[in-house]
Amino acid sequence: MHDLHATVEAVFRAESGRIIAGLIRVSRSFDLAEEAMQDAFAAAIVSWDAGGVPDNPAAWITAAARRKLIDYARREQTRRNHEDQLLYEFLCRSSAIDEEMSRPFADDRLSLIFTCCHPAINMEAQVALTLRTLGGLTTSEIARAFLLPEPTLAQRLVRAQRKIQQARIPYQVPDAGSLPERLSAVQSVLYLIFNEGYSASSGDSLVRRELCAEAIRLARTLAELMPENPESMALLALMLLHDSRRDTRSSADGQLVTLEEQDRSLWHQDQIAEGIRLVERALGRRNAGPYQLQAAIAAVHAEARTAGETDWKQIAALYNLLKASQPSAIVSLNHAVAIAMSESLERGLALIDDLGSSGELDSYHLYHAARADLLRRMGRTREALESYSRGLALTSNAVELRYLRRRISELGNQGDPLNVSKQ
Amino acid sequence: MRYMMLIYSQENEEATAEEMGVVAATHKAVMDEARDRGVFRAADPLEASSTATTVRIQDGRMLITDGPFAETNEQLAGYYILDCQDLDEALAWAAKIPTACAGAPGCIEVRPLREFRRREPVNA
Repeated sequence: MHDLHATVEAVFRAESGRIIAGLIRVSRSFDLAEEAMQDAFAAAIVSWDAGGVPDNPAAWITAAARRKLIDYARREQTRRNHEDQLLYEFLCRSSAIDEEMSRPFADDRLSLIFTCCHPAINMEAQVALTLRTLGGLTTSEIARAFLLPEPTLAQRLVRAQRKIQQARIPYQVPDAGSLPERLSAVQSVLYLIFNEGYSASSGDSLVRRELCAEAIRLARTLAELMPENPESMALLALMLLHDSRRDTRSSADGQLVTLEEQDRSLWHQDQIAEGIRLVERALGRRNAGPYQLQAAIAAVHAEARTAGETDWKQIAALYNLLKASQPSAIVSLNHAVAIAMSESLERGLALIDDLGSSGELDSYHLYHAARADLLRRMGRTREALESYSRGLALTSNAVELRYLRRRISELGNQGDPLNVSKQ
Repeated sequence: MRYMMLIYSQENEEATAEEMGVVAATHKAVMDEARDRGVFRAADPLEASSTATTVRIQDGRMLITDGPFAETNEQLAGYYILDCQDLDEALAWAAKIPTACAGAPGCIEVRPLREFRRREPVNA
C-alpha cells in the first residue's frame, strides 16, 4: 500500500497539470475539473490496490475523471434551477465531453498558464492559482510556503476562479499582438515562485525547496511548450543554475555563505550542465532578453572551478547589457562589483559612489553592503565597518542581519579601534 | 433628455433569497412602469465589483489592474456597452476608448453585465 501511494503521488506530480488543463478546457469550470480529478485519484487508489497499477496510469485517471464529469452533468441535469449559466452551458454540451476529451490538445497546459497568469488577476492570486492548478500543490502547502493563513489563501483562490468565470477571462494562448507582453507576465510569475523559494529569508526550508523544484518544473513545461522562445529557455536555465548551489548557500548554523565562499564541489553538476546547455542554445538568437543575460551571468559563475577563476570581465560586459535592457539599482550595483573585480577596486568603488550620489540608494541596505565589501577588500577597514553598520540598520532580514554582523565581527577582530562586533 | 440612473449598493451584506426577491420584483415593477410610459431605454445588473478590471493607458502602454476603479479625483463621464466574446476582447476595446474628456487621462473600468439565467428545462 505504501508503494501504491508513492505511485499515485508520482502520477499526480507528473500528470495532474496536464489532466486538469484538459478537464478545465472541457468543463470550463475550475471547480468541477478539480472535483473530477480528485475523485478520479481517490478511485485510482481503491482500484489499483485491487487490480494492480495500469500500464498507463495517466490515461486511466483521465478516463476516470472524464466519467466523473459526465456523472456530474447527469446529476446537475436533474436539478430544475440552473443557478449558474456556465454550468448550464456545460450541461448542454455534456454528451460531447467524451469526444472532446479524447481529442489531443497539446496546448491545454499552455492555455491554462495564460489564464492563471492573466493581468486582470492580481499577482498574488496568479501565483497561488498557478501553483494550485498547474503545480498541483494543495491550498495548505501554498499557504505554508507564503506564510499565510490557509483561509486567506483559499479565499484568494476562490475569488480568482470566480473572476475567471464571471468576467470570462479566456482560456487560450494570446494572439501574436499581445503574446510578448503576456508571456513575460507568465515568466515573471514563475520566477517569483522560484525566488520565493530561493530567498533564504524565512520559513520552512523543506517547503521552500519544494517551491524551487515546482518553479523549475513549471519553467520546464513552459520551455517545452514554447520551444521557439529563448527567454523561456533562459528562465529555466537561470533557475537550474541558481538551484545547483542550493546545498552550499547557508552553513549548518544558518549563516549565509557568499558565492565566493561556497564549496563548489557540492554544486549540482547535472543542473549546471543542463543550465549551460540551455543558455548556449538560448543565446544563439539575437537581442538577448533579461533572462538570457541573467542566465548567462549565472553560467559564467557556474563555469568557474574556483571563485578566483571567475571571468569577471565577461560578467561585467553582461551586466552592462542588462543595465541597458532592464535598468535597476541592483543591476547597477552588480555591474559596479563586476568592474571592481575585473578592472580595479577603485574603479568599482567610484561607480558605486556615483550611483549613491543622488541619495536615492541611501535607504537601500544592499548599496551599503556592496560598498562595504569593496572597502573591506581595499583594506579600508574603518570605512567598511561604517558601511556594514549602515546596511545593518536598514535590513530586518534575519539571514542578512547575521551576515552583516559576521562581517563586522571579522573586521572588528582585526583590531579595529571601533570594535563594533562587541555590540 | 435622457438621464442615467446609477445604482450604488453595499456588497458585503448577506441578503436572504426572500429579500432579494423583493428587490427583483421592485426593479421589474419600475421597469414595467417606465416601459408603459415610453421612457425606458435600458437597465442591467452588474456582476460584483470583484469581477472588475481597470484599464489605464500610460506612455502608450495598456496597464491592467485587478479590481474596480478606486480614485477619487476622477468622475464618471460616460459609458459603453459592448458585446464581446471574452475579457481580452473587452480590454482591447477599453484601451481604444479616450478618457481625457477634460485634459488629463482617466481610466476605464470593465465590468461584466450579469446575464439573465435561462430557466427552461434542459433537454440532453
